[in-house]
Amino acid sequence: MDMAYLIATIVKIVVILLVFSALAGLGTYFERKVLAFMQRRLGPMYVGPYGLLQIAADGIKLFTKEDIIPANVVRPIFKIAPVITAATAFMAAAAIPFMPSFTIGGYEVKPIVSDINIGLLYIFGVMGVGLYGPLLGGMASANKWSLISAARSAAIFISYEVVTGLSILAPVMMVGSLSLIDFNNWQIENGWMVWYQPVAFILFWIAAFAETGRTPFHLVANDHEIIDGFGTEYSGMRWGLFFIGEYANMFFISFVIPLIFLGGFGEGTFIDGLIFLGKMSFFFFFFLWTRAAWPDVRPDQLMWLCWKVLMPIAVLNVVITGIVMM
Amino acid sequence: MFEAISFYLFAFLVIASFWIAVTTSQALYALTALAAGMILISGFYFTLGADFLGAIQIIVYSGAVLALYAFGMMFFDTTREVKEKNPNKMIVGTLAALSTILTVVIVAAPLVSENIVAFYPSVESIGNTQQIGVVLFTKYLVPFEVAAVMLLVAMIAGIVLAGKKMDVSLTKLAEEEIEKKAEELV
Repeated sequence: MDMAYLIATIVKIVVILLVFSALAGLGTYFERKVLAFMQRRLGPMYVGPYGLLQIAADGIKLFTKEDIIPANVVRPIFKIAPVITAATAFMAAAAIPFMPSFTIGGYEVKPIVSDINIGLLYIFGVMGVGLYGPLLGGMASANKWSLISAARSAAIFISYEVVTGLSILAPVMMVGSLSLIDFNNWQIENGWMVWYQPVAFILFWIAAFAETGRTPFHLVANDHEIIDGFGTEYSGMRWGLFFIGEYANMFFISFVIPLIFLGGFGEGTFIDGLIFLGKMSFFFFFFLWTRAAWPDVRPDQLMWLCWKVLMPIAVLNVVITGIVMM
Repeated sequence: MFEAISFYLFAFLVIASFWIAVTTSQALYALTALAAGMILISGFYFTLGADFLGAIQIIVYSGAVLALYAFGMMFFDTTREVKEKNPNKMIVGTLAALSTILTVVIVAAPLVSENIVAFYPSVESIGNTQQIGVVLFTKYLVPFEVAAVMLLVAMIAGIVLAGKKMDVSLTKLAEEEIEKKAEELV
């Protein structure tokens, strides 16, 4: 393994960490603005032009706030739980190609940390580990509401992992590979995956809302109990880490959906790269749009939807794909 | 060099995790350390180039340990220490040492006699996902199918055991109806 590879990898990791930590902050700004415009409000306006410096203000507040650890909590677990959420979100990014490869000064840069040939499995496996963040946070909190919220979020994650896995199985069968680069190349030759697998696309999209814990599946932190679910006992930057994890996950899922279903970055020219970022932005915007437009569903409705509607459809989709492919 | 760094790092982390899992008397520590250990084992698979098994290890065990968390939630107050009865530390220590030595001997014996041959050596051009598929559906087809049938049996049994009285949904009943049901049960 040569030195150039090592340095390039470290640079990529640092860039991804910095960019997406910043984007998570920017994401909260976008979210507040989009929600505000959809509800005929102005949103943040006071700090800076159009409230743009609100992000900095929030950041300063979160970083300087006292990190309170309540009595009776299990201290090490309580402290480590937010780190798990944020860390797993960023670890999943290791197998996502963010842009087509480009050349700087004669050196070809591939904007993917590691093109392992099981990229998809790895991404969803590591994102799945992310559920330990809310779970441990809730269980260590010594607060009954947090515990209930933790149990509920674990149930939702586990159930919707099944839908994610099964819905992605049909496209994987067609492409015959688990690498996102191979998905991209397959779609250059055969056209967008969404025309072959519309059902899988819809199912995966629905499951993405549960994976990231967004409205209408926002039962992780619970609005109708008026408290913040597993995050009730957290303050300052530890709470902020849960937030960064959630937003980073939203961004990464928004990258993965177009990569699998909507042609990715295609041939890899500059225009293609811009179009890819456009697709990603649409999916991110859709997360916010849904939050403005839809109420949360009840936990039992969510389970009903998962096990009695989405999972059978996903299984049927896999079987039909198999029969057609034979 | 990277292999060596990765191996020793993960070896240390895995042993530390499982050490905590076994020795602590705090249920939440034990569960978390177990989950961490199981997930860290995948590091060895990635080091050895068995990417598929590594990812599967993460997915399967992060889900499996979650079931233990559910038990933890139901049976303990996980934020409190559990009072354990181990009368004799000597017995525990001796048994642990014996089983460790036995495991090392069992694993190291074929290495010493240089008696290891790969039945299906890995092929450079084929990804290891495909290789596992080929082996599973040729040589190990029968065990694979038996495992599938066993899982199916377990699933049906689970549904039958848990599915009693699931025809009514408590969330959809009115308050009085729930109270009436409670009285009927008493």
